[in-house]
Order: sequence, then C-alpha cells, then structure tokens
Amino acid sequence: MEAPLLDALTADPPAAAVPWLGEAREAALDALRRDGLPDTRVEAWKYTSLRALAQRRLLRDDASAASRPIGAHVLEGIDAQALRMVFVNGRYRADLSQLPDAEGLSLRSLADTLAHDPDAARGAFVQRDGGIAEAFARLNTATAVDGAILRVAAGVQIPAPLEIVWIGAPAEADLAWHARVLIELGAGASLAVVERHVAEAAHAHLGNLLVRCVVGAGATLAWSTLQDAAPGSSLIRRSEATLAEAAQLHLHTLEAGAQFVRHDLAVDLAGDRARLVSRGVFALRGRQHADTHLDVRHLARDTTCDLVWRGVADERSRGVFHGAITIAPGADGSDAQLSNKNLLLSPNAEIDTQPVLEIHADEVKAAHGATVGQLDERALFYLRSRGIPAEDARMLLTQAFCAAVFAEVEPAPLRERLLARLGGPDGALAS
Amino acid sequence: MLKIDNLHVRVAGKDIIKGLDLEIRAGEVHAIMGPNGAGKSTLGHVLAGREGYEVTGGSVTFDGIDLLALEPEARAAAGVFLAFQYPVEIPGVNNTYFLRAALNAQRKQRGEAELDSMQFLKRVREKLAVLHLKDELLHRAVNEGFSGGEKKRNEIFQMALLEPKLAILDETDSGLDIDALKMVAHGVNAMRDPGRAFLLITHYQRLLDYIVPDVVHVLADGRIVESGDKSLALKLEEHGYAWVAERKLAGAG
Repeated sequence: MEAPLLDALTADPPAAAVPWLGEAREAALDALRRDGLPDTRVEAWKYTSLRALAQRRLLRDDASAASRPIGAHVLEGIDAQALRMVFVNGRYRADLSQLPDAEGLSLRSLADTLAHDPDAARGAFVQRDGGIAEAFARLNTATAVDGAILRVAAGVQIPAPLEIVWIGAPAEADLAWHARVLIELGAGASLAVVERHVAEAAHAHLGNLLVRCVVGAGATLAWSTLQDAAPGSSLIRRSEATLAEAAQLHLHTLEAGAQFVRHDLAVDLAGDRARLVSRGVFALRGRQHADTHLDVRHLARDTTCDLVWRGVADERSRGVFHGAITIAPGADGSDAQLSNKNLLLSPNAEIDTQPVLEIHADEVKAAHGATVGQLDERALFYLRSRGIPAEDARMLLTQAFCAAVFAEVEPAPLRERLLARLGGPDGALAS
Repeated sequence: MLKIDNLHVRVAGKDIIKGLDLEIRAGEVHAIMGPNGAGKSTLGHVLAGREGYEVTGGSVTFDGIDLLALEPEARAAAGVFLAFQYPVEIPGVNNTYFLRAALNAQRKQRGEAELDSMQFLKRVREKLAVLHLKDELLHRAVNEGFSGGEKKRNEIFQMALLEPKLAILDETDSGLDIDALKMVAHGVNAMRDPGRAFLLITHYQRLLDYIVPDVVHVLADGRIVESGDKSLALKLEEHGYAWVAERKLAGAG
C-alpha cells in the first residue's frame, strides 16, 4: 500500500550512539521500506484497515515537547505523592515526573539512558520473534528516541504503584511519536504499574508505544492501563512480556478514549508455573475503532492463563477482539481460560471476535468462548417498570456488564478508578 | 382509579385480550382468576407497559390519565407497580443501588426531592422489619441466585419501598411454600389503605385465603366472564374453570 505516512516518518532517521542500535534501526528501516504497512489481506489486520492512517502526513516527534505547558487538570486524580514518570508527546518530562530514591528501584528515561549508558537500554530493543516483523514495531525500532527503562532488583517489593502517564498535547501540526519501555523485575520482586493515556486538549496525533516486560522467577508485575487518549487520536500499542518460573503478570486494561486503537499483547509463559491474569474492557462509541490482539504462548509446564475481556460498541463504532492461545509441545499441565463477551448497543456498531486455541501438549485444561449480544430486553423492562428511565436503565445494565470484569481488581482505589471511568455522566459508557 | 374499557391486545400476531372491561376504585382489592392462557399475565404486562404487546382497541385510564400513552418508567412514577411472575436476575447491579435509583427516579419524575443515602436506608430498614426480611438480600445483585421464594419476597419488598397507588401482583403465589405465601400476604395486607388498590392475578384460590379480595373476576379467553365477591373464588375452587365455561354457554343460550 502507498504510505505517505511512512515516507514522512522514516525520512532522516535518528542517529544511533552505539553500533548495535544503529544496526537494529537500519534493519528495521530496510524491512519497513521493503514490506510497508499491512493491508486487510494480512490475517492479523483483517478487520482493521490502515488505509486512512497510511495517507496521513504527520510530523515525526514534537520538537517542543520538552517545554510545552501542561495544564494542572491533566494530572488531576493522580496522588500527588505517587511515583510517576510523565511523557508529553512521547518525550520524557522530568519537570512533571516524580522519581523516588528507593533502594533496588531504578527508573530512567530512554533518552537519558541512550545518551549516558546506551548498553543499559539494549533490552528495550529486544523483541519476541514474531514481533520483530510487525510494521509498527519496525517503525518504533527505527525511530524511537525516548521512553523508559525500569528495573526492580531481585527480592525488592515496591509497595506504591508507579504511574506512567502519556500525555498527548496539541502541537503546531498533528504528529507521530514513538516510545519504548522496558520493565525488568528481578527474581521475587514485585511492582505495580499504572499506564495512563490522557489528553491535554484535542489533537489527532499517532502514538506508537512498545512495552517489553521481563518478569523474573517468582516475581509479580501488576500492570493496569487506562487508555483515555484524545478522541481524535490514534494509538498503536505493542506489549510483550516474558514470564520466568512461577512469575505472575496481572493485567487490567480499559480502552476508552482514542479514535483508532490497535493493541497487540504478546505474553510468553516461559517458566514452569508462570501465570497470566488479564481483565480488559473496551467501551466504544461514535466512530471509534479498537482492535485488541492477545497472543499467549504456554511454553512450560503447569502454566496458567486466565483471560476475561468484555467489549461494548455503541453508535457506529467497531470493536475487534482476537484471542490466541498456543500450548506448545511439552507444556503439559497447562491451564488456559479465555472468555470474551460483547455487547452491541446500536444496529450500526460492529464487533468481531475470534478466540483461537492451539494445543500441542498433553493433560491440559483449556476453555474458550466468545459471544456478541444485545442488552437483555427483559432486564431493561424490569428496571423501567420500577421507574428507572430507559437511558439510565441501559447505562446501568451496560455498566454492570463491564464492571464484572473489574470486580476483583486490587488495590481497591484502582478498581474504583476503573469503575468510575466506566460510569458517571462523563464515563466511557455515558451517551 | 383504574378504568379499563373494551381493551383488545395482540401479542405476536395473536389476539389475547378481546374486549376486557374492569374498574378498580381506590382502597379495593380485586382478584383476577382464570385458566392458563386466558390472558391474565398479558393484562399485567400491558398495564406496566411492556413492549411487544399491541393494543388494538379500547382504553385504560389511571387517575384520569391515559395510561397506555405513558412509558413504563412514567407509569411507575404515576404509581403503577407490577410484581413479576418471573422476576429478572440482573448480575452486577446491586439490589440496594437499584432500589435507591428506582425510588429516586420516581421521586424526580414526580418533582419530589430525592432521598439521600441516610434517609433511604432508614426507609429500607423500616420496610425490612415489617416484612421480616434479612439485610443480606440488600447486598446481593438484583435477584441473582435468589431462590424462587426470595425473588417473590423481593418483589413485595420493592412494592413496600416504592409505595405504589396500584399494585398488580402477577401470580406472586406460584411456587411459594405456605410460610412464604403467608409472608407475602402479610406484606400486602400491611399495605392495604384507602388510597391504594391491588390487582391480584392468580391461578389458585389459595392466596385469597390470606388476602381477602373485595371483588373476584374470572378471565377466560381474553374477557371477564364473571365477577362476584370472594365466594366466587371458592366456587371456582370447587367446580373448576370448566364450570365457568358451561355457565357462560348456558347464559348465552
């Protein structure tokens, strides 16, 4: 496909301070120029057309990101004492961030790391085999100059959650930013990360974020994402995680704000007894489009994945859910559960869901199911017959449908934040 | 209070109610009995405003207003309450939250001040005490995992809390053991009031041993074919519904 987007973004690529990075950038760029962006004949992009995005001419990066004023309203709702790393249009902002001086916890921006200790950033440019061939990952590898490197030393428990805030701010023109994050937990460590996407004001930027998590033996990472980016913006995220023996990853995701969203979540359960729990909701309206691709691989014995996702599409929006679980040869005793239920609130909305289960091992437990339905008319009438107006009744039922997914989220304040974002007059489900 | 005049209702292309007349005055308790398929539950649903019930003729006025022109929520706010034969389970919606939302939505539609959570809970406790219900009901999702008896009791509890002018009980007695039946009857009797009317839809006479009606109607084939005092229910119990059909034929001849 002709892609003025790529031409604009790959012209004059950033210089690399070290040879390994230069080689990685060059290889990604070559592959990108050769293969371009996928069209809808590519299975993984069947329901998500990049045609409109490919035609856009966006600036690469925001030259003024470091100095753009950010209104106090943007960081409202974040505990003033909370540890946080704040990014504006993909660039780290030390002035808005709050970094602790905690033993065993290291937080640095990618730009700073590349400038002073580039080899420490090398892990951020490693990718799972399949991920390397992905167009936006290539674009990211070729051009990302900022992001974060997070490391928790073995045995260290970080009690308070770390907020990573991605602020989209209007610039002189719409732009594309690319950032990558590496999160490494040593054996037995624990960390909670809250990733937030918010808007300073209206804009139509493209964000391209690549996060890689390496969770050591017996370590626990809790990672929650509240995607509340600007209504006109596009956001492409690729999240990869690899879990060592008895490691745990707890993911909570709420996709709400952006106009066009693609999220690829690729998790490798690489060590025996590794466990992934994922709870997610997408709530769409207007002409929003959100595509979530889960790709979980059971690579070791007695590994567990427990995935519950719900989707709501109203007006002319479109949701796509693809949940793939592979149980590799030798991953005996694995337990894989996937449930995806969806609610269509309008005859013009569409949801496509596809669970895919591949089993190559013995003595596994696996179950998957996906449904697309509408609000229960009997329940709606029941609520209305008690005096609750039709619109409120619809909202109540829709909220209940989604809230079930977040019912067990810990800690409680995070759960309340997720639920609050769903409901209320400005909530993702309000009409 | 309620005046139904020559009502005709069609459901899924089939005529179910075929010229029904009924008048209920404030303070009265009416019972409608009839065989399965006579149109009893259809009547309850039409009065509450359920979609899919097409009124093809006649009128229903409630306190002088055209009830059929109102949305279900407006009927509730006007004072009409339907206790469902099959109360709906609503996972994820907390019972207390639901009840407060319902009560305040009605009050708002009537232009009354909404109750804050303290005022609301006070009222809830009063009603629970009258009905001998456990608090535990409040903390669960609406009807979710409730036994048949608990669902019916929850309907009566909602009725007590919402204090309607006209309460329609659709086979509230079905599936209840004797203790639950007495409890339901007690709830209704405690609410009898010169300003309030009840319409009891039932298949069996048993309920009427505990809630004594002022008027009993027999509904058959979409019409009221016989009305009388409480002794009519006893006759029905004795002779069965075939007896009504025979009398009707004899009368017509």
